[in-house]
Amino acid sequence: MSAHEKHQHPVYGLMAEFDSAQDLIEAANRTREAGYKKIDAYSPFPIEGMAEAIGFHKNGVPLVVLIGGIVGGLTGYALQYWIATMAYPVNVGGKPFHSWPSFIIVTFEMTILFAGLSAVLGMLALNGLPMPYHPVFNVPRFALASKDRFFLIIFASDAKYDAAGTRQFLEGFHPRSLSEVPS
Amino acid sequence: MAEQEEALGRSAPVIEPGHTFATVTDKISSIVLTRPTSKSWIVGFTVGFALTMMMLFAIGYLVVRGTGIWGINIPIGWGFAIVNFVWWIGIGHAGTLISAILLLLRQSWRNSINRFAEAMTLFAVMAAGIFPLIHTGRPWLAYWMFPYPNTMGYWPQFRSPLIWDVFAVSTYFTISLVFWFIGLIPDLATLRDRSHNRFAKIIYGILALGWRGSARHWHRYETAYLLLGGLATPLVLSVHTVVSFDFAIAIVPGWHTTIFPPYFVAGAIYSGFAMVMMLAIPIRKIYNLEDFITDRHLQNSAKVMLATGWIVAYGYGMEAFMGWYSGNKFDSFLLWNRLHGPYAVWYWALLICNIGIPQALAFRKMRTSPLWLWLISLVVLVGMWLERFIIVVVSLHRDFVTSSWGMYYPTKWDWMTYIGTMGMFLAAIFLFVRILPMISIFEMRTLLPEAEVKE
Repeated sequence: MSAHEKHQHPVYGLMAEFDSAQDLIEAANRTREAGYKKIDAYSPFPIEGMAEAIGFHKNGVPLVVLIGGIVGGLTGYALQYWIATMAYPVNVGGKPFHSWPSFIIVTFEMTILFAGLSAVLGMLALNGLPMPYHPVFNVPRFALASKDRFFLIIFASDAKYDAAGTRQFLEGFHPRSLSEVPS
Repeated sequence: MAEQEEALGRSAPVIEPGHTFATVTDKISSIVLTRPTSKSWIVGFTVGFALTMMMLFAIGYLVVRGTGIWGINIPIGWGFAIVNFVWWIGIGHAGTLISAILLLLRQSWRNSINRFAEAMTLFAVMAAGIFPLIHTGRPWLAYWMFPYPNTMGYWPQFRSPLIWDVFAVSTYFTISLVFWFIGLIPDLATLRDRSHNRFAKIIYGILALGWRGSARHWHRYETAYLLLGGLATPLVLSVHTVVSFDFAIAIVPGWHTTIFPPYFVAGAIYSGFAMVMMLAIPIRKIYNLEDFITDRHLQNSAKVMLATGWIVAYGYGMEAFMGWYSGNKFDSFLLWNRLHGPYAVWYWALLICNIGIPQALAFRKMRTSPLWLWLISLVVLVGMWLERFIIVVVSLHRDFVTSSWGMYYPTKWDWMTYIGTMGMFLAAIFLFVRILPMISIFEMRTLLPEAEVKE
């Protein structure tokens, strides 16, 4: 974003506060249906159907975990195969160097290890975390988002956003409070 | 309907009525943020810390003098170190079982005990990890067990169950740690937002990674959590299986049996739930958490203990049966030696602790009485320790050739190390309940009726 554009959008978005998960999900659904695309919702716990309500469908986590698991399993087996047959072959009781049944356990553990770490790191990376600063934290009431309040934001970067109209639109939901989020 | 529920023991709610999002949040976070540090906490932590120091002293002396200060000898080369390792790692199974397997089975009552069961798992695995490390005799070279390019031109031997164990236990610890940590992130954000102390705010803020509860984040978070649960489920079952391979792959009578993996896993869950009860019962009393850790949790845990106890009993039965049915004289001698040999008193004690006394849990009165449940859990933990002692010591002390028979007597260094790990575990638990929310706040919120939304 250039300095010029930044000047045009001194506001990050408009944020409405609700008392219940039900109010939030209804407001989010109607906002999406009204044509707003760049919206987000904040809640103190995961709400079923919330992602769909804000129009979020892409979830890359399963693919990351699958790739992590495959890479982990292949790494584990290849490591053992290479060590047992090439790098450090040891004759144990006349068993073949490539004694694959013995290699299953470490292959399994490596699969789980890589897949599990991919789940955690992939989830954090896709979520853009860790992120110490975010504009929504500038709203003092936002501290309640980790307790018992529910917030809906329409970002100023949305094509349909205009300061007065969007404010009027959100007021239609009778939110508990309505705050402008400075960027 | 209500009567039927009552008869099934489901009448007690998972969370007492009357709570809201705010009260759940305040009640759990206030234990960490506003409750003054009590005298009993300081005393408890001090005891744990002092015992940890004793353990470090015993380990320090071990490093200087070598494993000769222990009671191990030939033929009993494994002794306390392996007994305690298996005991601790078994205890460490309940946490991941509760958080992963019960998550997949949609047992929502797990939400109030999973956090500290996971913490308990981590501390138990740490305590367990000490033993094989110091048992190597030269713990400063333990990194040789990992495959890394080195100037010695050496690589680990992957046909050895001991190397499998290195991978199984370290994977288990890593996955348990990240599972616990991602479960903590939303709660750390709550503590960051609730804390008035600037220092605490910064620390919790860093650990919360900037979590803000966005719907996109929650969506990916839940997927990752569920997948981790799915990955941790076979993992937790594999860990004690691999530990049992340390024994079962060897040809020592009493070790070389195919019943070992399932019976070790069941025993691990048995002792793990016993430890969860040992901790949960006093904690819910001290911190007034009876609203969240209700009689339902105690009953369900007691039932898991009863069921896994039966699997363990079946394992003992099968060992005895195979001793007789195989017709192998070494196997039948092992059975005779357990029942009548020099360690017979401990074998009988084991049968009483693991099979006899826990049957009391079949009675509802016992399952709903915290005191009795606590005492039975203690008996199970003692019994499971004796089981590992019998497996390790009795099998080794009289093997194939009578001239190589021997006896095992633990020394004071063995006891100091063992009791010291209990102190370390205790100190870690005390620290945990003081600085982190011991019940998952956000998962408790989802249990409230207000959390449900209609389409």
